[in-house]
Amino acid sequence: MSELHTVNKSPFEKNSLETCLRLSKAGSSILLYEDAVYGALKNTVITDLVSSAAGDRKVYVLEPDLKARGLSADRVIEGVEMVDYAGFVDLVDASNKVQAWV
Amino acid sequence: MSDTKKFMFLNRRAPYGTIHAWESLEVVLIAAAFEQEVSLMFVDDGVFELVKGQDTSEIGMKNFSPTYRTLGDYEVRHMYVDKASLEARGLTAEDLVEVEWEDWETEETVDNIVEVVDSDKVVELMEESDVVFSF
Amino acid sequence: MKFAIQVNEGPYQHQASDSAYHFTKAALEKGHECFRVFFYHDGVLNGTRLTTPPQDDRNVVNNWVELAEKYDLDLVVCVAAAQRRGIVDEGEAERNGKDATNIAPRFRISGLGQLVEAAIQCEKLVVFGD
Repeated sequence: MSELHTVNKSPFEKNSLETCLRLSKAGSSILLYEDAVYGALKNTVITDLVSSAAGDRKVYVLEPDLKARGLSADRVIEGVEMVDYAGFVDLVDASNKVQAWV
Repeated sequence: MSDTKKFMFLNRRAPYGTIHAWESLEVVLIAAAFEQEVSLMFVDDGVFELVKGQDTSEIGMKNFSPTYRTLGDYEVRHMYVDKASLEARGLTAEDLVEVEWEDWETEETVDNIVEVVDSDKVVELMEESDVVFSF
Repeated sequence: MKFAIQVNEGPYQHQASDSAYHFTKAALEKGHECFRVFFYHDGVLNGTRLTTPPQDDRNVVNNWVELAEKYDLDLVVCVAAAQRRGIVDEGEAERNGKDATNIAPRFRISGLGQLVEAAIQCEKLVVFGD
């Protein structure tokens, strides 16, 4: 059992995602939702950071929030997995605790 | 599992600009009364909450900074400050308030429970906690 | 899983209340137990029955009320945060000499201890906010 980190801020406005990546452990999970879904996109200034985190942590993005913002699956960084709200619940259920980087 | 949980309060907000820091502190005071093991972690702009010499007299808001110095009396045993966040903001441990702690039963005292820790330690401390409160 | 939800943001200004609602609904539909939804900071504004959004917008307050009716949810508004922001029930109106109440049905006003208790009782605390 490992931790689930949730991030809901755009990485282009706030440093929540960067701090989460710095202070999360290998093996933990990170869910990007609300405006943090922009952190899951290819070809941005933060893509490399997220891609490398996806190497030793599991990175997820909430599909309803992606869809709402007009972003399709092909824009998402490889290795980042899409989940819906039921998937969000499963991630919480499978974790030992949830740490919100609000 | 025992009845006592390890509570970690994650503080990432500067004071006054929003109410987050103050209302977070109010929860800390209540949580301690439930006899849980309460620690505080200051990361990002949260480190500004602990800066000494706050004076709100000209902005008409309550200066809640003195409350941090009383946390030792509420049986808060640890207040950790993320070193990288502190350095990124041009601050050192000397800029921060000191919080004294005393065990009423054993009379054991600690002069200052505010401790600057590196990233690895932050990760370890967060992992050891049972519940992380974010505001 | 037995979980608690903390909502730190008001409806409409921020997506947090909607996210919290959708998460809670999905978890309940999966058969998990929601011990309590605790509203703090501007989150207490989820608890006013006077909310009147335009017809083509969702009604965040009613969403909570309907979910509470279906699953017997405990919706708790923090008293200190509520007093600051003018969320009032009958008891509070009487205590503080106010001439009106605005608490939505199924919501109740109580102390911060309810959040701490929820964190002690539950396996997971999930926080939504700005």
